[in-house]
Amino acid sequence: MGFFLEVLIGGLLVGVLYSLVALGFVLIFKASGVFNFAQGAMVLLAALCLVRLIEWLPKWLPALQNPALVVFLAAVLSCALMVLVAMAIERFVLRPLVNQEGIILFMATLGVTYFIEGAGQSVFGSNVYTLNVGIPKDPVFLFEGLFEGGVLVNEFDIWAAVAAGLMVVVLALFFQYTRTGRALRAVADDHQAAQSVGIPLNRIWVIVWTVAGLVALVAGAVWGSKLSVQFSISLLALKALPVLILGGFTSVPGAIIGGLIIGAGEKLSEVFIGPFVGGGIEIWFAYGLALVFLLFRPQGLFGEKIIERV
Amino acid sequence: MLYREAGQFKTNYQSDQQVFPITQDRWSVLAIVVAAFTLVPYFASDYLIISILNPFLILAIAAIGLNFLVGYCGQISLGSGAFMAIGAYAAYNFATRVPGLNLLIIFILAGGTSALVGILFGIPSLRIKGFYLAVATLAAQFLFEWMFLRVKWFTNYSPSGSVVAPPLEIFGLSITTPGAKYYLVLSIAVVVALIAKNLTRGHIGRSWMAIRDMDIAAEIIGIRPLQAKLSAFAVSSFFIGIAGALWAFVFLGSWEPLAFDINRSFQLLFMIIIGGLGSILGCFLGAAFIMILPIFLNQAPALFGIRLSTETVSHLEFIIFGVLIVFFLIAEPHGLARLWSIGKEKLRIWPFPH
Repeated sequence: MGFFLEVLIGGLLVGVLYSLVALGFVLIFKASGVFNFAQGAMVLLAALCLVRLIEWLPKWLPALQNPALVVFLAAVLSCALMVLVAMAIERFVLRPLVNQEGIILFMATLGVTYFIEGAGQSVFGSNVYTLNVGIPKDPVFLFEGLFEGGVLVNEFDIWAAVAAGLMVVVLALFFQYTRTGRALRAVADDHQAAQSVGIPLNRIWVIVWTVAGLVALVAGAVWGSKLSVQFSISLLALKALPVLILGGFTSVPGAIIGGLIIGAGEKLSEVFIGPFVGGGIEIWFAYGLALVFLLFRPQGLFGEKIIERV
Repeated sequence: MLYREAGQFKTNYQSDQQVFPITQDRWSVLAIVVAAFTLVPYFASDYLIISILNPFLILAIAAIGLNFLVGYCGQISLGSGAFMAIGAYAAYNFATRVPGLNLLIIFILAGGTSALVGILFGIPSLRIKGFYLAVATLAAQFLFEWMFLRVKWFTNYSPSGSVVAPPLEIFGLSITTPGAKYYLVLSIAVVVALIAKNLTRGHIGRSWMAIRDMDIAAEIIGIRPLQAKLSAFAVSSFFIGIAGALWAFVFLGSWEPLAFDINRSFQLLFMIIIGGLGSILGCFLGAAFIMILPIFLNQAPALFGIRLSTETVSHLEFIIFGVLIVFFLIAEPHGLARLWSIGKEKLRIWPFPH
């Protein structure tokens, strides 16, 4: 029982990180109808920028030696970079491609993925970097009173989960209570109607890609400090896709709950089913799980019901 | 002026229903095929044949297969790499387990296996649409990558996990030289293109297009979505499977599942989008573009006398490839095939403005 819980909690904590990446997808899909494959590359770019700036800033400014301040400054500069990326994508990719079919936009984001991966690695280097944002990584035991030995959890994972939770709360508040958030929801609801009441679509797109960039930064920081910053972070996008179809492309709560289900499901299956079929099944298990769900609910768990008319 | 269809009257059904109704088209296509069979192997170097022409033709076959599904039937698939892998491993298993089988039969059986799996993975398409389906097809991609890596039966218990194609032999002729391989691939490509051209202008192709344009409306006018969608999956997987078998047997020689990873799927998708969705010519143009571009980008710095480290070159390749993809999508979202038909239209009235 203790072992099962340990695997389950470990899976849920990984799931939180999947949710973070999926969240970026959902935000962009809702607001601009673009299936943004570049989200994984954006996570890589943000993480690379963060880790290299933490390394470079003390060299550039010898006066700056306080580690916390360095991390903070690097984070601010990385945010600025993500804003720039969002603006560039809106100006050079989305605006010329407005009103094109979904698959064309999807392919364009694949092009953006190549570009970001190439540019990011040529500016910031392509080695493996260890990212340390000053969060302890000690293992701790939970529920020691309940089971013998308790449940072993990494303290860092708990902090990551808290950070992800905070992020979601902040996003929810932003969408619910600010003027921009309302505009974003209006655009997500109906582009044409939103435009006709005077909401500037272009600016909304920049904002939503920026928000997705910031989510990518958080996801990149968390993944980077967990597994160190390297090219494979970019493949996170593939991990987040089953989360999307499970939770629904258009639902923020869906991304969160989908992430948790996928994270827990793949770890449990790997540990309890994997040994019987040769291991390594977590790669496709998530997709299989999502596919089975889709057969019963084609729009995902929380996606908007698809109504079709001729 | 160059491209005049005036005076070409169709007086019977046969001439009206030809694959290429315009005489210039017919002759130029015929000339290209004849040149490909006679002149190209004579003039092309071994390097050109082995590392450019053969992979180009094989990938064009795969692109035709994918175009049936994405371009004609409108079902986006990101799992085409997996179906190439199925073709490759099916061909390998047929070749090693059933001795004395004709190579062509092996290829057809490989395509058939791939088609059966394709039907299986096409079933969700009856419920799921659009990007949900696209992501669902990734399930095939990852499942088969894993299966060919972990389930040892498929690789005949080879200790390293990579398998070697048997020596190629067809009707007693052994195919070892680049030229012979080129003839094999070219013949199959021509046959596939001919089948594809006829399939898409017949009943079945039209029912696919009706499903693509609006599936509910198609259903109402009497097209069965089940048959249409599953047949698109089957035919598409069949050709992709054959291409996979060719890729493994003729181009790679020895391979492991990594040769058919998700990047292959994306590469095929790029080919048909850059080439033109729903166009057979587009498959060839797109395959040529996507094949040659990385080679050119790789060689370009050396051509201009700039010396860069391999790492920088590979990053630059990524950047330029990404930019060009976006640029092409913006400049002509309907692909190179559309540019070609615009050019033809211009030639028709040239040099007069109307």
